[in-house]
Order: sequence, then C-alpha cells, then structure tokens
Amino acid sequence: MVRILGFLVGLGFVGVAAWSLLWGVIAYVGEPPAATAEHRFHEEARNISYSFNGPLGRYDTQQLQRGFQVFKEVCAACHSLNYVAFRNLREIGYTEAEVRAIADQWPIQVASINPDTGEPATRKAIPADHFPSPYANETAGRAANNNALPPDLSLMAKAREGGPAYIASLITGYRDPATYRNEEGEALPAENRPSGTLHFNPYFANLNIAMPPPLTADGQVTYAPGNPAPTRAQMAEDVSAFLMWAAEPNADQRKNMGLVALVFLTLATILAYMAYQQIWHGGASRRVRRTGALDPENQARIAEAKGEAGIAG
Amino acid sequence: MSFPWAEEYKPKNSFMRWLDDRLPLPRLVYGSVGGGYPVPRNLNHWWNFGVLAGLALVLQIVTGIVMAMHYEASAAGAFASVEHVMRDVNQGWFLRYAHANGASFFFIVTYIHIFRGLYYGSYKAPREMVWMLGLVIFLLMMATAFMGYVLPWGQMSFWGAKVITGLFGAIPLVGEPIQHWLLGGYAPDQATLTRFFSLHYLLPFVIAGVIILHIWALHIPGSGNPTGVDVKTPQDTVPFHPYYTAKDGFGAGVAMIFLAVLIFFLPNFLGHAVNYVPANPLSTPAHIVPEWYFWPFYAILRAFTVDFILPAKLWGVLAMFGSILLLFLLPWLDKSPVRSGSYRPTFRMFFWILIVDVAVLGYCGGSPAEEPYVMISQVATMYYFAHFLIILPILSMVEKTKPLPNSISESVLHGEAAEAAPAQA
Repeated sequence: MVRILGFLVGLGFVGVAAWSLLWGVIAYVGEPPAATAEHRFHEEARNISYSFNGPLGRYDTQQLQRGFQVFKEVCAACHSLNYVAFRNLREIGYTEAEVRAIADQWPIQVASINPDTGEPATRKAIPADHFPSPYANETAGRAANNNALPPDLSLMAKAREGGPAYIASLITGYRDPATYRNEEGEALPAENRPSGTLHFNPYFANLNIAMPPPLTADGQVTYAPGNPAPTRAQMAEDVSAFLMWAAEPNADQRKNMGLVALVFLTLATILAYMAYQQIWHGGASRRVRRTGALDPENQARIAEAKGEAGIAG
Repeated sequence: MSFPWAEEYKPKNSFMRWLDDRLPLPRLVYGSVGGGYPVPRNLNHWWNFGVLAGLALVLQIVTGIVMAMHYEASAAGAFASVEHVMRDVNQGWFLRYAHANGASFFFIVTYIHIFRGLYYGSYKAPREMVWMLGLVIFLLMMATAFMGYVLPWGQMSFWGAKVITGLFGAIPLVGEPIQHWLLGGYAPDQATLTRFFSLHYLLPFVIAGVIILHIWALHIPGSGNPTGVDVKTPQDTVPFHPYYTAKDGFGAGVAMIFLAVLIFFLPNFLGHAVNYVPANPLSTPAHIVPEWYFWPFYAILRAFTVDFILPAKLWGVLAMFGSILLLFLLPWLDKSPVRSGSYRPTFRMFFWILIVDVAVLGYCGGSPAEEPYVMISQVATMYYFAHFLIILPILSMVEKTKPLPNSISESVLHGEAAEAAPAQA
C-alpha cells in the first residue's frame, strides 16, 4: 500500500518537474538568455599578493600604518569605521601616546552632552572611543552625497566577494565610459553609461558607482620617509590592507593559534591511531585469540563450513 | 536489550557498589558505550560518523552557550554584538568561527552518516525506529541551523528568514496567517529575532533528547554492520570499549584536524560575504541563497516553475518538504531482504547515481536561479523522487542479489572485511 501510494506521489512530482522542464526548455530554445551588459563589462578583482595571504601570511604593520594614513586623509572624509576603536591602533604598531594624539586630533568630534546644561555637545575623542562617523545620521550622510549613503568600512573587506583585492581594484578602477573597451573590444552601450552624479567603474557590480574617484593623483598622501612612493596603486593596496585588518583584526592571532592547534591535533591523532592499532592488532589482543587463516580454530571452522556447503578439501 | 553474552557490569569497589544499588548510572554507560555493549567486529570507518555527529552537537552547545553570554537578541544591537564577540571578547573570534563552521561540520558528518545508512540499508527492519528518529534529529538540526543563521542579523540572515518563512505563505488559505505567526509580524523584525533566539537555544537540547532515543532504539537490535548479516554468535562481536572507543578516537582526531583547518584558516569560506552587511529591509541582495547544507533542498524548491493545477510555488514547497518526509517511508519502500549495498550490485549503481544527483542539486541550489541551473535542477529533482519512490520499490522486487556470507565471522575469515577486530572468546 505504501509502495503504491509512494509510486503515485513519485510519478506526480516527476511529472510536474518534467512539465516545468518542458516549459523551461521551450523558453530556453525560443529565447536563449543573453549576457547582460553588467555581465559583459564586469571585471574581476585584480590579483594582489598581500603579505597576509595564505595560512602563513601575516599583516605588515608598516603597510597597515600607511593604509591608516590613507584612510584618515582620504576615506574618513565620508566613510565611518564604526566597529574599530582608536585603542585598536595599538595593534598595528602605534604607541599609546601616538594613539592618544590621533584620537585627540581627530577632525570629527564625538557626540556628547554639555555636563552643565544637558544640551547636545561634542567632545574630543579618547582612545576608548570608536571612530566617530563623519555624519550625524543616515539622513545627513545621504543629503551630503546625492542620496547615496557612504557605507561603513569596518567590515568592507569581508563583506564583498574578492575582499581587499576588490577594494583596491575598485578605488583605482575608474575608467572613461566613452573610450572604455572590454576584452572583446566592445564599447559600453549608451544606456549603461553613467548619468548625473554616477561614475563608470567596471569593478562595481552594476558598473556605475556613486562614489567619485577617491585617489586622483600619485602623491595624494605623503608617506613618511623610508616608505614606498605613494603611487595610486600603492595607496590603494595599503588602504585595502588596512581595511582587511579593520575587518579581521585577529587574523594573525588566529593563524598562529591554528598552527599550534594543527600540530597538537596531528600528534593526538597519531597517538589515537597507535592506540587503535594496538587494541585491534597488537600483542594484547593476540593473547586473547589469534586470528587469520592459520589460526587452528579458524581452520577448523573453515573445514566445517566447507563440509556443510559440500565443498571438498 | 542487547545480546545474552554481553558482559555484565561489575562494580569495582564499595563506592561503586553503593552507587549501583541506588543510581545505576555507571551500569547504564557501561551497557551503552562501554564493555557491556557487544558490537559487530567488522564495522568500517563509515561507522565513525554517528559519534562524530554527537561530538559536533557538544561542540555547538558549548560554543553556543558561551556566545549567548555576549550576544544581544535585538534588531538594533544583534549585528554589533556579534562584532563585539569578534573583536572585544577574549578569543571571541574563535567561539564564533567554531560555532559557524561547527554547524557546517555537524551537517557534513550527519550527511555522511545518513548516506552510510542508505548504502548499508541501516533503515531496514528491525532498525526502522532508529532511522526515523535519526530523520527527526535531521529535521530539528535544519530548523536550529536556519534560526541560528538569522541571529547575526546580516543581510542574508534577514532575507533568508523572509524567503524561508515565505514558503509557508504558499500553503492555501492558512499560509499567510502561519507566516505572520512564525515571524511575529509582517516581515522579520524584533519579534522574529527574539523568538528565533529562544528556539535556537532550546532545540539543541531537544536534539540531545532525541539522540538518547536514537541510541536507545539502536541498542535494542544492536548496531548493523557492512555485511548486513545479523549477529549470530559471540564470535561475531567485540565489546564497544575498548575496540570502538579506540577506533572512534582516531576518527575524531582526523575530523578535528579537518574542522581546525576550516576554523583557523578558512573561517569564512563556507559563509556569504553579504552577511557582513547589516540587515536592511529596503535593500534586497542580488542572490538570496541559504547556507550550503540547504542547497539541495533549495534547488528542489526552485525546480517547480510552472503552475499545474496547484501554483508552482506550492509544488516547490510540497516537493521540498516531501523530499525529506519520503525518507520516513524508506523502510517500507525498499523491501529487499538484503540490507547491505555491497551485495546488491544494481542498487549500488543507483546509490552512486543518487550521490551525484544530490551533489548536482546542491550545486544548482547554490547558483543563481538562472538557466541552465534551473533546467539541470529539474532533471536532478526528477531523479531524486524517482530514485526513492519508483526505482527502489521496483528494484527490491526484481533485483538479483549476491550470496550473503553465513555470518559476520565467516565474512571476516574469507577476507571480505578489509579490517576486523579479533574475535572474542
């Protein structure tokens, strides 16, 4: 009964799925889906070899400090970094005094209240504060940016496919829509060209991004002596590395702990394997009963089984 | 319970004797996973995965309870509290990555455990109840994992909750009230988050309870084995401890290495980047997909694209739930008296087709709902239902099986088992 009902239900689902498939095939053959312009003109993030790539890669604090400088002088004008606190900068090599100075001199002050009147006020940041947002609220952010809210950057390096390489590609990826040609040599269709306040950028999912090019010239940020020249590519790489750290500040600690964990687990597993082999095939168990074809008791059992089955020998 | 030759628990000292007379807990443990539980001596490594699933549950409960001490179940604060765990709680990043990847690990070992049961006919008499309780655990796991994924309140959390609860909206007449009742509103919001948190905390303990029933039911007939032949004599079994505790210990070590690689070196590999964007009801992500362990079922849901008497969406929902519920009937669909796939050559072929089929469904379920993925998942859906509801019942009537060994010991002696513990006197 179960099988008959099951058979009918099975036929039902198979039939309706086949019916859906039929219509799908008719639609597919009749009008094969064409690749959209967003698809044809989209470029994958460039390949960048960061110091922190791979299980053995670690952050380069010099690079993170350069990246922080780019963030401070360029990105922070519009973007917040809500989940990072000034005190976290200790982790990328700044001293306590430097962190205090950075917080104290941060151009945007922290919202507060006047202790005497209770009226809204602002005060200078301290190391315990998170980076203050450049806008008082979302509406203010939209009003200042043609209704496009600059997203928070704390997790940006984890919140986009491609991670930091995507960020570096994007901020140096602005192209002239009139002269741009994709790999097939096609020009950008008119309806995909940016209108109004948008900017063409093939690394951005829908090709037109509201953010104006942030890095406009080599040397826009002045690095301290002893650092690489601040070309646009270098600045993009540095700031994207900084944002990776901002998104995943514990990555170095995680990888270090991972290596220790793997060594420990490997040793523990080898011991467990030896214990298992000892119990199953070791001397102790052989004292209980030898097994194998030559075991006299097994021989007798084989002979008995063969006798029952009528096999000679 | 168990076999007449099972070792009886003997308290070793006066305290244990005193305890045994009043609360025979050590006796229970000894008889369940100790020297007092005789197990077929020819179990291979595919029999490790039940213990591994139990281990995964313990890991999830421990990391989850500690994280709940830092998590804030509010629409305004949930996302920030997860970042607080990641940045400010000591080793909080480890807790969260272990919990998120631990969920994937739980599903990996459970899927292997289920497919082991499918191959070796573990669902057949007299173990139907073990199989069905296992499916109950699987359903509870899916509910728990789904609600857990909503808690970080990222974009995919929010939209996943909206899409999955929206499935109930496909039910005629009562669908929409049910959906609103589940969400506590018209869209996922504060009420949704707090009830999901409450249930996400509750269900793992329900799972633990059903696992106890699962193991209890297993101990009535005892464990199956790769030959599918019943245990007949004491020579067919070895005590669970030390033989299978040792073998499981090694298996657990290998599994932990695999899990450690995920947690420490690829913590976000199985997740979605867009879930690091806070939930925003006004902005729909380009592709809404659940976590990887739901992909095969998601593909079945999306395979039904054309109305046929019932709306296409309802067909999809029925098929998705049906694809799991039909497994409850499996013991009565596949009536072949031979349990193990090793002695059923035709069954074995279809089994491997099913494995490929589910993998294809998974791939299509994780891809955007575009052609050719929809057409491929339609073909794969047809095979999935045909396999269980049409092929297996017919196969179990017509298949010519290979001769079974007379006993487990005989199969060991003839070298059919790659490895077996020595027989016990």
